[in-house]
Amino acid sequence: MAQVKLDQVRKTYANGFEAVQPCSLDIPDGEFVVLVGPSGCGKSTLLRMVAGLEDITDGNLSIGANVVNDLDPADRNIAMVFQNYALYPHMTVAKNMGYGLKNRGASKAEIEEKVKEAARILNLEDYLERRPSQLSGGQRQRVAMGRAIVRNPDLFLFDEPLSNLDAKLRNQMRIEIRALQRRLGVTSMYVTHDQVEAMTMADRIIVLNAGRIEQVGSPAEIYEAPASTFVASFMGAPPMNILTAEVKDDALHLDAETSIAFKAPEVGTKTVLVGFRPEDVQIGGDGSEVFDVQIIEELGAQRLLHGTFGGQAFSIAVGKDTHCELGAQPVTLPRDRVHYFHPDRGTRI
Amino acid sequence: MKKVQFSRPLFPYLLLIPQLSIIAVFFYWPAAEAIRSSFFLEDPFGFGSTFVGLDNYRDAVTSSEYVNVATFTVWFTALVAFLSLSLSLLLAIKADAVLKGAKTYRVLLMWVYAIAPPVAGLMGILLFDQSLGPFTHLMALFGHDFKLGVNYYDTTTAIVIVSVWKQIPINFIFFLAGLQSIPRSVREAALIDNPSGISRFFTVTLPLLAPTAFFLLIINITYALFDTFGIFDIMFKGEPGNNPTTLVYKVFLDGFRGNDLGGSSAQSVILMILVLGLTVVQFRMMERRVHYT
Ligand SMILES: Nc1ncnc2c1ncn2[C@@H]1O[C@H](COP(=O)(O)OP(=O)(O)OP(=O)(O)O)[C@@H](O)[C@H]1O
Ligand SMILES: [Mg+2]
Repeated sequence: MAQVKLDQVRKTYANGFEAVQPCSLDIPDGEFVVLVGPSGCGKSTLLRMVAGLEDITDGNLSIGANVVNDLDPADRNIAMVFQNYALYPHMTVAKNMGYGLKNRGASKAEIEEKVKEAARILNLEDYLERRPSQLSGGQRQRVAMGRAIVRNPDLFLFDEPLSNLDAKLRNQMRIEIRALQRRLGVTSMYVTHDQVEAMTMADRIIVLNAGRIEQVGSPAEIYEAPASTFVASFMGAPPMNILTAEVKDDALHLDAETSIAFKAPEVGTKTVLVGFRPEDVQIGGDGSEVFDVQIIEELGAQRLLHGTFGGQAFSIAVGKDTHCELGAQPVTLPRDRVHYFHPDRGTRI
Repeated sequence: MKKVQFSRPLFPYLLLIPQLSIIAVFFYWPAAEAIRSSFFLEDPFGFGSTFVGLDNYRDAVTSSEYVNVATFTVWFTALVAFLSLSLSLLLAIKADAVLKGAKTYRVLLMWVYAIAPPVAGLMGILLFDQSLGPFTHLMALFGHDFKLGVNYYDTTTAIVIVSVWKQIPINFIFFLAGLQSIPRSVREAALIDNPSGISRFFTVTLPLLAPTAFFLLIINITYALFDTFGIFDIMFKGEPGNNPTTLVYKVFLDGFRGNDLGGSSAQSVILMILVLGLTVVQFRMMERRVHYT
């Protein structure tokens, strides 16, 4: 177990593309960090630099007390779980899990004991003699987990380990991985583009955008106080409504007819971006705030209403028991949960 | 696979006729002719033939010359297969690791493949020529008087070198393709699991290359046995003398130089059986074991 420290770590690929801009990060011992962001934002690149599978262009990376920039992957005492599991197709499950130990000179008895233990934890005892090709996707996923835990590493790295599983199995494995990590107390970095995974698993979330860290914070912080419009619209489903409003006479003007009596913080710009989470908006009200509902989506426990508010796209989420119909509806915007963003920079104000 | 039912059951056979007739004319007919004549003693001038049963086979297998040639063939085949496989694997591994200019490097290595065996033999003659050959000069520097076509071992060395050189490109292409079909993430997992590059090669890369390697082994054995004929023929300059000979070349010598058609046919039938055996082994192995998915 160890803490991980990134100090101005940067990655430029051979073709000159800067996939990760200088970023600094401290991950305390035992923490579960989730790296989240849209496709191509540099999540895997960052993780692979930590693993030693990509060179670090600039900056320092330390695991524990040592700078590990120049160490080979095998010498960093890390374990990685890949998206496609990357099991050795010619080895049995037991051999797959024991391979890392064997190469580090562990005795036969020790390997067998550790593999048995991992197999017991992961419910793989009946499959130890099978080849990966004789396993289901979920079982392969478990073997990959087993291969990571038998070595008792300082750091777990996960690169979208659940994205090849079906939704049900994904939910189940999500819980299992988290429980296992808590039990073992191993520092972990977990890459995903699924914000539900990010919200449910993370001690801390790191939101990446185009090679930059947009925000670092607990799931609650990310949700309650997104640092930018990017984070606000990326985290949360359905995404936050962000409206462009003109600030005039202590009110926000959305279009010629619609204005809301909100007092935006002063930033010296003519307009401001104002955000409301769909689930914070209430149906019903005094009629001063009107939502024009155009589509109703049934999700079972929830209902999503899509339409326009003051001429701009708007969605709200209501419980399944709330009565709602198409057309103009009075709504009440939350007074205490308003998010303001800078109109040019998109940063939180 | 979907089965299509033809309304006229003969129609599919009609479609097969061109293919079948080519096989029949160029393969089965000569093969049948070889088998037939292996039981006859042919008059050297083609005036008649006598049925002699298995005499041709007995004469062939029991002659000490045949045993010598067979022994040489086995050694030659093993040496050529081993050297060309190991050298090309080495080249493929290096080429696989090359990041810059990888394409050029590969094309350069594959060029040799386009050279026909007799041409390779001719180049061999130039390389090992008594007075002009650079290799001969090189050996002279080491105090060895290299005599192609005169000294048995010198000739063998030259033929082995040319044969190996000629076969490297095709092995290289297959090995490279095999290496590149190993998923990147599997190699990376091994990189994390195993600190030693050599051990990684023997425990992950090589086992995953086994299907390719086995396929190539059969191809190389067949090559060394049969396709090196052109190289031998050119390097001897038509004067086999006491030079090394493989079984296939001996078939040619006995049949066309010695005019012993019956004996030479018997020898080619033996070779046919050998090829048949190799093919069976290959198909058996391809179905079993050396296959992971
Ligand atoms: N070897 C490479 N050479 C040049 N550019 C690369 C290389 N590998 C990745 N990139 C680029 O770097 C950026 C980040 O890639 P990365 O794989 O880290 O994305 P990601 O966040 O993991 O995306 P995804 O969610 O799709 O896996 C992408 O724009 C990608 O095109
Ligand atoms: Mg990725």
